[in-house]
Amino acid sequence: MSDLQNLAGHIAAGLGDKLAGHDIQFSELTLDVNPGNIEPVLRFLRDDPDCGFTQLTDLCGADYPNRPLRFDVIYHLLSMSKNHRIRVKLQAGEETQVPSVTGLFEVANWYEREAFDMYGILFSGHPDLRRLLTDYGFEGYPLRKDFPLTGHVEVRYCDDSKKVIQEPVSLVQEFRDFDFESPWEGAQAAGLLPGDEKAEQDGQEG
Amino acid sequence: MSEATQTSNDDRKFTINFGPQHPAAHGVLRLVMDLDGERVERVDPHIGLLHRGTEKLIEHKTYLQSVPYFDRLDYVSPMNQEHAFALAVERMLGVEVPKRGQYIRMLYCEIGRILNHLMNVCTQALDVGALTPITWGFEEREKLMIFYERACGARLHAAYFRPGGVHQDLPQDLLDDIDAFCDHFLTVLDDIEGLLTNSRIFKQRNVDIGIVSQEDVMNWGMSGVMARSAGLAWDLRRSQPYEAYSDMEFSVPVGKNGDCYDRYVMRMDEMRESVKIIRQCIANIPDGPVSSQDGKIVPPKRAEMKQSMEALIHHFKLYTEGYHVPEGEVYAAVEAPKGEFGVYLVGDGSNKPYRCKIRAPGFAHLHALDYLSRDHMLADVSAILGSLDIVFGEVDR
Repeated sequence: MSDLQNLAGHIAAGLGDKLAGHDIQFSELTLDVNPGNIEPVLRFLRDDPDCGFTQLTDLCGADYPNRPLRFDVIYHLLSMSKNHRIRVKLQAGEETQVPSVTGLFEVANWYEREAFDMYGILFSGHPDLRRLLTDYGFEGYPLRKDFPLTGHVEVRYCDDSKKVIQEPVSLVQEFRDFDFESPWEGAQAAGLLPGDEKAEQDGQEG
Repeated sequence: MSEATQTSNDDRKFTINFGPQHPAAHGVLRLVMDLDGERVERVDPHIGLLHRGTEKLIEHKTYLQSVPYFDRLDYVSPMNQEHAFALAVERMLGVEVPKRGQYIRMLYCEIGRILNHLMNVCTQALDVGALTPITWGFEEREKLMIFYERACGARLHAAYFRPGGVHQDLPQDLLDDIDAFCDHFLTVLDDIEGLLTNSRIFKQRNVDIGIVSQEDVMNWGMSGVMARSAGLAWDLRRSQPYEAYSDMEFSVPVGKNGDCYDRYVMRMDEMRESVKIIRQCIANIPDGPVSSQDGKIVPPKRAEMKQSMEALIHHFKLYTEGYHVPEGEVYAAVEAPKGEFGVYLVGDGSNKPYRCKIRAPGFAHLHALDYLSRDHMLADVSAILGSLDIVFGEVDR
């Protein structure tokens, strides 16, 4: 895919130090930027005639709780005229104000609301940063890795008070999250199981 | 009632709730609409009433266990969604799907497209007052559902396109029956068109309503029929071909005016093109395996397991631990009936996706509803909503 390499070279030359890095994997081009530069970078990608990424296909967050800046914000752009796709990524912390790109692409409005709703990523300059998908009055950010799959509250209609009420989740059976990682191949990641050290000693002796 | 009794401006302005239970909302949608008399000033869609946390659930399931969640997104054309996920996983694993598997996938993708467009055209007609098409269209949908059932055992929740290929091979008599269906189906399409295309009422409700320009398409992230109605010849089956679509002969209907009526006509044309593709698939389908022969990805056949210890081990490992997908990220998109359906998948080298973002076309389209409905009449909102082709399974995820 020398096409993509050419494109990457062109973008790197056009953006200069606004670009923190780029990478090609699975024939897809990814650009890394700093949060402050996202607006000029997307503007360049949209308006440069050789890029022509005029459509924001997707915008989403991702959570990596072990990093100092735990969130990724990922922008997917499409160029219909050049038939290319590109991915732009930036890292943000819980306090980081990521500049909103609603001024460049109207569609970013809902995508940013969704990212805010799901991860609590803050977008500065967004016209209407409300929750989008979760219930009215919902608390917490469901797609964060530290949010439990079962959630914190469950909703039911209470016949006594004649209204819908929220209660802490109570499950008759625990959620069965089996760990099927192979005890032979995946054990290094999980640490030794109790008793395993004997097997290793035996192996050395024998 | 005397006319023009309301002279004060404030009396004319009010806010109404459309939904969450409304037959024209195509699911659970709540619209908060600011009206000036009957003129729409602002629409604020409140979505998420069908939010089931699909993306979160997928993070807790193995790659194979994630497949059925995709049937539950756009439940009108289930297999098209699975397709995007299967393509994403295959790209990360570097697995090739055999030719026969690719043809079966295309065949069922086009059946999905017909399922979807029939549903959309008929319910849109219902929204604007035509009661008959839905009874004709749903009869055909029922037959197509049976083709789904005969391939995979389920009418809706197919779980048929799996990473590596498709689950099972198709018997020849099923292919013959689908071929026979095509002839009859074209006459039904003519019948439906006879009711709608030149109907004065249908035209009055749809022509010049909800006009989309090419700038709007870019700005609002529209795809599929919405984008093509504005005159953009953009179809992923053509421009970024996957499976064997590059071998197929079909045309891509493109609109001129970008209004609801154009989108209706294009959907009718797309169904005819889908029939063409289905026929080509059936005529040219090669023999051979339907899924990858890589035993580390695709489970073995039942019969094989009776004889081969290795197959038995593979079966056990694949249905408990599942396969491990290398670290990295891909974005795979297909031309789903509603537009570009994409899956952004992040793998961390384990047997579960680290992150799976589902890019649903309906989400972006519904977002544009506010923009498209401004200064239209209240009754036009349901016509626009109908032609946006919204299904809440995929909008809310």
